[in-house]
Amino acid sequence: QAPPKAVPKTIENQRVYDETTVDPNDEEVAFDEATDEFAPYFNRQTVPKILITTSDRPRGRTVRFCEQLSTVIPNSHVYYRRGLALKRIIPQCIARDFTDLIVINEDRKIPNGLVLSHLPDGPTAHFRMSSVRLRKEIKRRGKEPTEHVPEVILNNFTTRLGHSVGRMFASLFPHDPQFIGRQVATFHNQRDYIFFRFHRYIFKSEKKVGIQELGPRFTLKLRSLQKGTFDSKFGEYEWIHKRREMDTSRRKFHL
Amino acid sequence: RQFCSYKITTKTQNFCRNEYNLTGLCNRSSCPLANSQYATIREEKGRCYLYMKTIERAAFPRRLWERVLLNKNYEKALEEIDENLIYWPRFIRHKCKQRFTKITQYLIRIRKLTLKRQRKLVPLRRKIERRENRREEKALIAAQLDNAIEKELLERLKQDTYGDIYNFPIHAFDKALQQQDAESESESDAEKEEDEEDTDTREFVEADDSDLSDFEDMDKLETSSEEEEEEEEEVEKKASYSKSKGKTPLKGPARRKRRYIEIEYEEETEPTTKTKAA
Repeated sequence: QAPPKAVPKTIENQRVYDETTVDPNDEEVAFDEATDEFAPYFNRQTVPKILITTSDRPRGRTVRFCEQLSTVIPNSHVYYRRGLALKRIIPQCIARDFTDLIVINEDRKIPNGLVLSHLPDGPTAHFRMSSVRLRKEIKRRGKEPTEHVPEVILNNFTTRLGHSVGRMFASLFPHDPQFIGRQVATFHNQRDYIFFRFHRYIFKSEKKVGIQELGPRFTLKLRSLQKGTFDSKFGEYEWIHKRREMDTSRRKFHL
Repeated sequence: RQFCSYKITTKTQNFCRNEYNLTGLCNRSSCPLANSQYATIREEKGRCYLYMKTIERAAFPRRLWERVLLNKNYEKALEEIDENLIYWPRFIRHKCKQRFTKITQYLIRIRKLTLKRQRKLVPLRRKIERRENRREEKALIAAQLDNAIEKELLERLKQDTYGDIYNFPIHAFDKALQQQDAESESESDAEKEEDEEDTDTREFVEADDSDLSDFEDMDKLETSSEEEEEEEEEVEKKASYSKSKGKTPLKGPARRKRRYIEIEYEEETEPTTKTKAA
């Protein structure tokens, strides 16, 4: 008789156990999350208002990407940065009641970086953005996203760092999704790459759901997480990706 | 035509690399080595100095170049140049002042730029970029995004986060139907014993009850007017919802309608049999 079939080893199976993995029942984590910068959002005290901007002189793709991103995220505004310093933009944003700032960095006419900053002095995350697909480049896509508030799915954010990043993403969207719209924005973390997708779903039956992709898609890789708002010189970094230390093992992930 | 170690030739011009050169070109008139009386402007750390060389000091290389600090004020510095180079050839005086102007202009620009935001260019490393792209592709394949999203959505449906919007669950519907069959028979028997005189209104009420029991809890069998109204509204809402979306399975409402009709017939026939028996 043949021996029983073994479970194949995948990188996810063999993942080096991360000591900062969040246990669902951990009280300390729950307490931390109740008192960190996103607590006002999760207690429904603040409504998210997002400002999307780019680096200087954005080229066509970046501009279109910004527009599409602003249709995906409700209550977001795109402003062009004509050479304004970020340090001066931030106090203005806080004065006008924005809760989040997204800066899309551009290189050689394609967007390649994203800085996401929670405004009233919240953490700043700097991502490397890759494989950006605009709406017209997605095959078999649906029509335009509507104005309904989408649902949010956050997959696979297991460690403490992952949790905080996940909460940052969740705080971009208003808290109560409109199920009539049947739209869902997904942030899926796999091996430290965060894939963003935007779909429309329809329940064909109890056990079957169909999804249709609308909206842009991109992948992010976290480069650094700073405690305060964006400040490259004096900021206190909570986490930086250090290539020599962190990229040594193929099975070790941080998010 | 002679050799000079400071000379750089390009296609159109000859340049002089000497740091004391006034114009930067390799000419007889602007070579500091060829002329024994020469002057230049050089700047160090943002301050401009006037360097002068005279014939008398040609024997002392260490003291050859005399240096004068110029005023920070542009006009005053020009006057200083003039008074220092008072009897010097026009060419040198003119070129000194030109050079001084240019230097001050670029110093101003430097100071302005340092105040503005400075863009730091971080070079990409090709090997690392390629490695990350490959890993990203593999992660994408491993992620199986569509499946994951579908699973998550079904989970949410099961945990009732969507509430009453969707009018299947069909499994629960089937179970409910079976239960409702058993219940409605017992119900109708009980009620028939109580009043037999009733007309359509009573039957209507009963039918509604049984319909209610399909979709709400099986346990609640109270017949209040509120519930009836709610039920009717629900019926309308669900019917309209299904019509507007057009994609929900027709089985649900159509089935229910058929059920509804069947129940009516059952009750109509029963009284007749009962009266006959009686």
